[in-house]
Amino acid sequence: MLAVAADRVWKFFGDYPALRGADLSVEAGSCLALLGRNGAGKTTLLRILANLSRPTKGEVKIFGDDSRGAEARRKVGYLGHGIGVYDDLSALENLILFGELAGVESPVRSAMEALERVGLAKVKDGMAREFSRGMRQRLAVARAFLHKPEILLLDEPFTSLDDKAIAVLQSLLQDALAGGATIVMSTHQIREAMELATNVALLERGQIVHAGLREPEMLTDPGWLYRTYGAQS
Amino acid sequence: MSGLQAAWAIARKDLRTELRTKESINAAASFALVILVLFSFAFDLGREELYAISGGLLWLVYSFAGALIVNRGFAREVPNDCLDVLLASPAPAWSLFVGKAVSAFFLLMIVEAISLPVFGLFYNIRWMQNFPQLLVVILLATWGITVVGTAFSAVTVNVRLRELMLPVLLYPVLIPLLIGAMGTTTALFAGESLAGDNASSLRLLVGFDAIYTALAVYLIEYVLIV
Repeated sequence: MLAVAADRVWKFFGDYPALRGADLSVEAGSCLALLGRNGAGKTTLLRILANLSRPTKGEVKIFGDDSRGAEARRKVGYLGHGIGVYDDLSALENLILFGELAGVESPVRSAMEALERVGLAKVKDGMAREFSRGMRQRLAVARAFLHKPEILLLDEPFTSLDDKAIAVLQSLLQDALAGGATIVMSTHQIREAMELATNVALLERGQIVHAGLREPEMLTDPGWLYRTYGAQS
Repeated sequence: MSGLQAAWAIARKDLRTELRTKESINAAASFALVILVLFSFAFDLGREELYAISGGLLWLVYSFAGALIVNRGFAREVPNDCLDVLLASPAPAWSLFVGKAVSAFFLLMIVEAISLPVFGLFYNIRWMQNFPQLLVVILLATWGITVVGTAFSAVTVNVRLRELMLPVLLYPVLIPLLIGAMGTTTALFAGESLAGDNASSLRLLVGFDAIYTALAVYLIEYVLIV
């Protein structure tokens, strides 16, 4: 079953086409690494999948439903460039708020469990603005996983994470995959991504130029994909 | 979680962060008080003239203070890209808007509650007479200011000069609401009832609120997700 299906998606910013008919299919339970150079359209595509941006043309389905519907959004967890937490709320208050908005059954219990998982339970009442960068990133990770989403959309998830946060994130992603979740992540950090990825898609100038299984060469040679499939290699 | 529950969660979050930081309520309350005090020294008016301008003066102060409050509405979501997380959640965009409008409404009501007695004191206006009717006018006009202000706060959230843009967009739209509120408030201060022309002004406030609330709720998704 397809968890994510983007069909000929175009996105214009003014006259500039950031996406040019991008097609993307992600099987449920797989982990797709969305790769591409700067400006290829990765963030634009992920934002459209997460319903943060409207495609100019084309459509996106989440488990067969329109991605703009509440049912589709309930299944999605998003971790973007910003950490997406409020500096003037405590860690616990932040997660309770997002738990309520996501419609989890017991927001307080879910928030406490999420804080335990990322190692922030002892500072649950601390204001997010008082946290170190690494702690804030772990709080962001807890927020994205809070409602146990069926699909995780991650935009450069490993960028500027400290080693502890990378370990927490990789462990959470492995658990999510083992639990049947689907992951779509854009990244430049190919080594970390390839440890998890089951599939790979290469985006160039707003088009998917290759989509397929992760191949063994990708684990050892980060440039192999670009040399083999990239039109501008 | 229903849309209204999500709206209430957003409103509680905004009120909680505002009461901790006091970033807009302090500015709006001090602005309102300073303007009221300065105007009281600037003009040497007789009792009748004072009553004639009382409603206008009060609503000018309230609408300027309101702009300071609604300016923070969606701007509060910009740091850390919190707006993205709210929009990616299952909560509908209209609940985000309603939550923000409700929190701005409460904050502006607090500012108005602080400045109304000061206004009465410095201008020697008997604002307690007809108070229930005055309260109805204040509630209706305050909701109108916060609804339109919150909508324009969403429009300008990604604009670099949003603090300048918001008043430019806001006040022309508020003209009919302010005319209605100023007229009825002046009449109520003068001891008149909400009948005749004053009832028409009250209906204007109700119509304004209904139209702009419906428009904003319907269009907010197209404003926030582009």
